[in-house]
Amino acid sequence: MRIVPTFNVALRALRRNKMRSVLTALGIIIGVGAVIAMVGIGNGAKAQVEAQIASLGQNVILIFSGSTTSSGIRTGWGGAGTLKIEDAEAIRREVPGVIGVSEEVVSTTQVAAGNQNWFTRIYGESADYFDIRQWPLADGAPFTSQDVRSANKVCVIGRTTATQIYGNENPIGQILRIKEVPFTITGVLMPKGLSTQGVDQDDIVIMPYTSAMKRVIGGTTLRNINVQIGDPQQLEAAQQQIISLLRQRHNIRPGRDDDFTVRNQQEIAQAATATSRVMTLLLGAIAGVSLVVGGIGIMNIMLVSVTERTREIGVRMAVGAHGSDILTQFLIEAVTLSSVGGLIGIICGIGASKILSAYANWPTLISISSIAIAFLFSAAVGIFFGFYPARKAAALDPIEALRYE
Amino acid sequence: MNNGAIVGLVDVGKTYRTGEMEVLAVRGVSLEIKRGEFVALMGASGSGKSTLMNILGCLDRPTTGHYLLDGADVSGLDRDQLADIRNRKIGFVFQNFNLLPRTSARENVELPLVYSAQRLTNAELRERADRVLASVGLAGREDHHPSQLSGGQQQRVAIARALINEPEVLLADEPTGNLDSRTSVEIMAIFQQLNERGITVIMVTHEPDIAAYAKRNVMMRDGVILNDHPVSQRSDAASQLKHDGVME
Repeated sequence: MRIVPTFNVALRALRRNKMRSVLTALGIIIGVGAVIAMVGIGNGAKAQVEAQIASLGQNVILIFSGSTTSSGIRTGWGGAGTLKIEDAEAIRREVPGVIGVSEEVVSTTQVAAGNQNWFTRIYGESADYFDIRQWPLADGAPFTSQDVRSANKVCVIGRTTATQIYGNENPIGQILRIKEVPFTITGVLMPKGLSTQGVDQDDIVIMPYTSAMKRVIGGTTLRNINVQIGDPQQLEAAQQQIISLLRQRHNIRPGRDDDFTVRNQQEIAQAATATSRVMTLLLGAIAGVSLVVGGIGIMNIMLVSVTERTREIGVRMAVGAHGSDILTQFLIEAVTLSSVGGLIGIICGIGASKILSAYANWPTLISISSIAIAFLFSAAVGIFFGFYPARKAAALDPIEALRYE
Repeated sequence: MNNGAIVGLVDVGKTYRTGEMEVLAVRGVSLEIKRGEFVALMGASGSGKSTLMNILGCLDRPTTGHYLLDGADVSGLDRDQLADIRNRKIGFVFQNFNLLPRTSARENVELPLVYSAQRLTNAELRERADRVLASVGLAGREDHHPSQLSGGQQQRVAIARALINEPEVLLADEPTGNLDSRTSVEIMAIFQQLNERGITVIMVTHEPDIAAYAKRNVMMRDGVILNDHPVSQRSDAASQLKHDGVME
């Protein structure tokens, strides 16, 4: 094959019609650029969600009071107080593979120190909580199991709560009044940022659940129990054992619904990433449509070009061009338009997503694979939409073509 | 059959089918053209001379009969094989020049070499194209585009393009049809000069005074050869130009 000279012929033809070539490529530039930017936004959102899920902790099983599936009156997660402190202790004692359990009660209330006050969330937890959530302290120390046993008036606070009440002052050792009960602050947590639901996780006060139940919130039941499993292989088995243990403890007969809800972190992660995956797909598909439209633009221009250059095709055939030479020439023209457009589009797409990250504060993530796929797809668009016009050109009869006016 | 004949048509016929109608454009033409001849193919429109020209130029295949070009039967070849024959053995000159627009004279002349089996470097291509352009009197105009050249000059670029692959046969279809009479004489001078160098020239024309520059006239009517005779009083383009006192 005479690829090299044919390639030169094709490039020369594109240069002869600069304006037209640029405008045709523009369709592909916009298409590829949109795909890169949109998929970048989708992947960025997905990565953010995944990071937030990971911040929930590793291999965590969450058990909530109440059921989402019980017939009759359904109360929802944490609605009815069915989980007891003894349930958590039984899990700690009887389920193999458990490395941490945290009894959790939650409330929101006004907290105050000096003349400052702040409305925040109060979490009662066990001493395992900081390990389960992989939430280290920025300063100070967490409360201990001893504090939990004795229901001591100690707490750790999140970064937002700390700045709201103490400003630049060091809160460690200070007294925080919660429902008029004085608590000593032992530590400040590392900032964790927003949760998947957009809640500021650092706007928090965490204290022993015993202290919370006895001195702040009241009540005798837990909202939920956080359980951490050491070996991810055992997660499934442990979850089943927890369910049967709790059913037995709650005297639930076979065939009746659970009065609690068990979720593991993988399930939560899957649900959240599924959403962002759908978003990525949707954004990519919309952008893909514009790439196809760009391809149709190429086909349109190539068809015009073949008609316009019928005489040229006739001359080329008269002096010895095979049909395949003509086919190759027009295919190369189409693929050059689409792949050069694709390359420029990739640069524009990366630029657009950088601008979005910088000014709109959206997380974007450009992967090598999305660049490669966008480029290959743009080249494929050129072949697909260039083939029909090129074949039309190659099939021309030289006598007819030479006579064409 | 290869007794110095470059072109041999044996009972060649061509039938076109337009809808229900069958049109016999050429019906049983036998013709032999020897190496070094200068033949003018004449006839009114519809006489079949253009169809015969397309067959001679390997742009079309005869429906019946055989076409021997340079001793080889080409009537049964496929599209690509015919393209290769055109590239190697035939040079075309058209009435409307058929140069590529917005393309320099040199690139136009190089065109057949792009599709040639021989691989030349860009420098060799250039050198060869410039040499052929100079031989038709266009030295110094290599970079001109067709729109910057006169009709006569454009036709000379086309002749240079036809000559670049050193063909056996130069086929010209009404080469002076779009030119004024003086320029026509100039083009005929080039043809006669090429013919003297040994190139076989076959030219379609309907003008008797242009046909007079050839050595042999073949007249067609209704798809058959009406008569075929040598030219008795041949015009000499070079001396006419000298006589007019205008040589380029």
